[in-house]
This record gives sequence, structure tokens and C-alpha cells, in this order.
Amino acid sequence: MTTLIKSPVGRASARPGGRRPLTHLQRDALAGYLFVAPQVLGIAAFVLVPLALVIYFSFHEWNVLANTFTFVGVANFERFLADPQVAPVMRTTGIFSVALVFFNISLALLLAVMLNRSLAGITFFRTLFFSPVVVSLVAWTIVWGFLFQDNGGVNGALELVGVDGPNWLREGPTAMVAVVIVQVFKNVGLNMVLFLAALQGVPQELQEAARMDGAGPRTIFTRIVMPLISPTILLTFIITIVGSLQVFAQIAVLTQGGPGISTTVLVYYLFQQAFLFGEFGYGSVLSLVLFLIVLVLTVVQWQLRKKWVFYEN
Amino acid sequence: MRSAKMLTAVGLLAGTSLLLAGCASSTPAAEPKNVELRMTVWTANEDQLALFDDIADQYIAEHPEVKSITFEPLPFEDYTTTLTTQVAGGKAPDLAWILENAALDFVDSGALAPIQDTLEKTDGYEFDDLSDAATALWQKDGELIAYPFSTSPFVMFANDDLLRAAGQPTAAELQAAGKWNWEGISEVGAAVNAATGKAGFVVRDFDYTSWDNLASVWMGWGAEPWGDDGASCEFDSPEMVDAFTFLHEAAFDKKSMPGPGTTADFFAGESAFTVTQISRASVLPDSGFAWDLLPLPEGPEGEYSMVGQAGIGVMATGKNAPVAADFLAFFSNPENSKKLAQWFPPARTSQLSTETLAAANPVLSADQIENVVIPGIETGVVRPGHTDSAKVGQTVRAALDAIWTPDADIEESLIGVCDAVEPLLGK
Repeated sequence: MTTLIKSPVGRASARPGGRRPLTHLQRDALAGYLFVAPQVLGIAAFVLVPLALVIYFSFHEWNVLANTFTFVGVANFERFLADPQVAPVMRTTGIFSVALVFFNISLALLLAVMLNRSLAGITFFRTLFFSPVVVSLVAWTIVWGFLFQDNGGVNGALELVGVDGPNWLREGPTAMVAVVIVQVFKNVGLNMVLFLAALQGVPQELQEAARMDGAGPRTIFTRIVMPLISPTILLTFIITIVGSLQVFAQIAVLTQGGPGISTTVLVYYLFQQAFLFGEFGYGSVLSLVLFLIVLVLTVVQWQLRKKWVFYEN
Repeated sequence: MRSAKMLTAVGLLAGTSLLLAGCASSTPAAEPKNVELRMTVWTANEDQLALFDDIADQYIAEHPEVKSITFEPLPFEDYTTTLTTQVAGGKAPDLAWILENAALDFVDSGALAPIQDTLEKTDGYEFDDLSDAATALWQKDGELIAYPFSTSPFVMFANDDLLRAAGQPTAAELQAAGKWNWEGISEVGAAVNAATGKAGFVVRDFDYTSWDNLASVWMGWGAEPWGDDGASCEFDSPEMVDAFTFLHEAAFDKKSMPGPGTTADFFAGESAFTVTQISRASVLPDSGFAWDLLPLPEGPEGEYSMVGQAGIGVMATGKNAPVAADFLAFFSNPENSKKLAQWFPPARTSQLSTETLAAANPVLSADQIENVVIPGIETGVVRPGHTDSAKVGQTVRAALDAIWTPDADIEESLIGVCDAVEPLLGK
């Protein structure tokens, strides 16, 4: 039997001068819009509007002191292509990112595997390795700056074992090593916790079954554990790569991009151009380049996930 | 229909606004009211800020249109960057301290409002008392753009206790023996380092990054970073090569100067000598050691002196620029200049006397003022500066890093500095 239900909207519309009440669907939609509104407003204010302004500024030359703002077409983009500093800066950025991702992910995974067991006092070690994550980045970097001085703690420790340490922050190759070390130890705890959570989600019965089938620890790790935690590996890769491309405070505090320009990564170069030299137009072009690099790397990794992330196929 | 109404409304509003604006511009400018002035400074010294507040309070008492005057300390290391960022963000202060190495950028760009007319017309200002040498850097086309509130000579402080502990002559004994020169300082500094492990001499604030502080050394060799027109690089000149050879040997061979990555604070008793500005003398009474103050040591070219300057400018974009200029005239009048002289050696010729400076600087003896401070101000050459100062400074810093390794080829490295910076100098 079909029952015809009279629409409440029809009744309401008949009220003289009354406001039409919202339908159930409209109320749901309104609630939804209100829930996402803060996020949408935040993204608009802090991402979309600045991005639009950066694109706008990149076509202009803005002399802050002279208070002039001139349209220069694609001159800033042409300058980027002809800038002799861009190639070494990109190379430095690449070296830093690759080194950071490799050592951070490897060390985090190693620590997570070592700490993924039920032993007395294991919580202490987990807390110990995670603690740098919650320390102020600048304070952390300043302390490491003292340790890496020529007569600092690192060389003092090396001297105890008969090694004459280098002048870490004053020689190109070692300055980069020092910056990578500072950043790896700062954030390895975060990736370690993510891996630890993923490892604890790997079903024990699968590992036991593999063991009964004659698989050794290495095979179990590479064939059972790694595929199961591959979504977390993907996540940490994306987070770490994006983070490595945004490194700034460590460079500013430890080396100011030196010696020479051996530790001048793209973000620091951008900062120099825009804020030290007042070249806001050219700085905007560099921002766009950085944005595109992060976007492309993220999209590529996201697309590649189907090939190497276990759950995606 | 609705759009048409909206457009009509906007059009009417715009038209009315323009009409009102036109009317407003044809009437005399209204007297400013409730003016709030802000001056950026790089000092956080409580005594100095208290004196500034005291001067500001006196001005406010005489000018009811001024509601408040705030002094905003910014970190010295990033001062110019922070100031420029404030300007870019539309939050420029009304007045700002300007470092001498950024003076040309601010004076030439039009960022500062001219102040000469206001200063000259202020009763009792005695504009002609400002020395030509002190104001030279702060003029454009013969007109004063910023007021040089501090002309501070670079001098050499010595820790006589440390020298005695190392079995070395004190600074006065060195001078009396005719060894007050860079070679003598380096020789004694090396002996101090060998005997005590502490540093010999330190060029304060250099720290292997702020290279322009080394001008206090290379001037002794008659070197300069660029020619008088600012367009030609002189880093590869024989004089500069000799000066950097001396510094390199001091850092890596003789160990009379701390090497890269090693710090030593003279005022904490960690070095025998330091080159710095006279204004640092104020911290010496708390240092706990016997100290002396002498002029910069002689170089191969003989005696020389260098001054560091700081100016106060009125930001042209500020809506209260005329009031700000008037306050600057009050802040720097003869009476207040004398008060400020205890920290900031004045630009006024009449106040460059032993009597005035001794009264303002109880830490210094009359001899030190007469023989070191006054001659330093009168004959000192201003630390080098150039337009596009940040970019030139960074480019030179990056190129000079090649020198600060033990096996560096000084001459080749300095040619590399010129190769890097020359394209910027010609602009």
C-alpha cells in the first residue's frame, strides 16, 4: 500500500509572512557547511590567498624602500632560468633531502623494530628517542651549534677516542653533514612512533605461520612485515620529503647557508632573496618553484603507491 | 535587476567619496590629534630606554597632540631585515634607527623623509653645530636625510690582568715600547694563547661572517673594499692581500686570533685584546679585571681610525612624518644630545670636548677621552658601505669563506671575491 505524505514545506509556504522552514536535507547541508567552514576559511586565508598573491607578486618588482611596485612580466622567471646560483642551490637541496630521507626513515625503522618488544623499561627508551620531537627547534639547533663548534662537544668526544675532528660548520661537506645530523635526530622520533604503531598492527599469526613454513627473520621482515606497514612507509616518506624541502631554522642558526653557499637550500635562498635582499618578486618565483617541486613529488609518490603499497591494489 | 541596483549604489558611493575627497583636499590640513609615534631601535639596554622615555615624556608634555611615543627594540642581528619587513607589511615605524652599512640604501631610495628643514627651523637647535664629517653619510643632494645620533670610534680594549698573567707587557707598556702595531699585538696575542689557552686579539662581532668589521684592521694596510665610486672591486689589491695574509696567519699559524668556529668574549675575560666601539666601555666596570683603552694599533701604513655610525630617520610612508621630524628635532637638540652622549658620541662639534664627554662617560679617564675618543671621532673613516648592502654583504661573505681554511690561497680567494661581487658593484 502506498501512503501519500503531505509535504510540510507545502504547509509552511501557506503561512502568510512566515519564513519557510528548512527541509531535513537543507538542515543537513547547512550543518555540513558549518562544520567545514573553519577549515575552508583557514585554507583560503593561509593557503589560497597567499598562493594567489605569490603568483601576482612574481610578475612584479617590488622595491620596498622606494615604495615602488612595477609590473615586469616574466622577467623574474627569466632571471630564475639565468641565475647561476640556482643550480648549486638545487643540488644542495637535493643532497640534503635525499640524505635526510634515507637516514631518517632507515633510523626510524631500525629504532621502531628494536623497540617493538615487551621488555622492562622499554617505555623509557621510546620516550627518550621521541623527546627531541617536542623540544623547541631553535633551542635544539642552538645547542647543536655549540656542540659542533671547533672546540665543541662533538670534537671533544672524538678527541677522547683519538680522532681529530673537523671544523664541522666551517667546511662545506661537514657543514652539510652537521645540518643533516641535527635534523635527523630532531625528527626521527616522530617517524619511529609511526612505524612502531604500524608494527604493532602486524598480526602475529602471519609471522608465526611464515616461521612455521621455514621463513627466517629477514624473510619475515621483508615479505610479511614490510608490505603490511607499507602505507605507513609511504606516509613517512611524504612527510619527511616535504619537511626536508622546508628546512630553514637549522640552516639559519647553524650556517647561514655557508660556508660559501654549500648549505644554501632552496627555502633559505628564497628567504635571502625576499627578506634579506628585498627582492620580493624574485622570491615569489622561488616560492612557486618550491611549491611545484613539493606538489610534483607528492603527486608522484601518491601515484606510485599502487605499485608498492600493499593495501592499494 | 538586482545587479543593476548594486552597481548604481557602488557608483554613487564612489562618486560621493571622490567628491568628499576633493573637498577635503581643498581645505587646510587638520591639526593632528592623538598622534602615536613609534621608533624602532636595536638597543634593549634598560638605562638607555629609560632615557629615551624621559625625553619622550618631556616632548609629550609640551605637545598635547602627541598621545604616546614608543621605542620598539628589535634584535640587532636582524635589525635591517625586520625593519624592511615592517615597511613591506605596511607597518613602517614613524622613526627608525639606521645602521651605517644600510645608510646608502635608506638615504638614496627615498624611504626617509628629509629632515633638514625641520631641524634648521627648530628654535635653539644650532644646526650648524653638526659636524660635516658626521653628517656626510646621511645626506642626499646636499640635504640631511637622517640624523647621525652616534659617531662611535673603534678602539682597542686590553685586559691587562690577562697580559700580566701570561708574562706579557701591558697595553700601556707596549705602547711606550713602540710596539702598538698589529704585528706587536699579534705577537703578544700568540704568547697569551700559548701561555693561558685564552685568545690573543678578537675583532668583535666579526665571527667570520660580518666581514665589514675587518675594516678596522685592513685600514692599517691602506686597503679598501671598493673604489671611491663604489663601482670597482679592490679586494684583490696588494694592500688587501697583505691585510688578509696577516689575519690568516693570526688565525691559523700564530693562533693569536680565534679561528673559525671558536668564540672568545673579551668582556668575559676570554681574550687579551678586542677591537670594538667605544660604546662598549659601559660594560667594563662589571668585568672584574684591569683594563685599558688605546687607539687602534698602527698598520704598515701608520696610524688610522675608523668610526661606526648610526642614524635616526623619519620614514617617508608614515602618516605622522611631520610630527616625527619635529620629535627628532627635540630628541637631538643640544640639551638631549648631551644626555645621549654617555652612550652615543654626538655629532655636535661643540660637544666633542673632554669636559662634555668625561661628564657623560664616567668609565673613561680624561686622558682616554682626549687621546683616544676625540681624535678617533675627528679623524675616523666610516665603516665601508654600499648600495644594495645586504646583497653585496652576503656575496662577499660567501666568497670570503674560501679564505678561512688552513691551506687557503689568499690571493686567489680575494680574486674570487671580486669576481663574485663586481657585477653588483656596477649597478
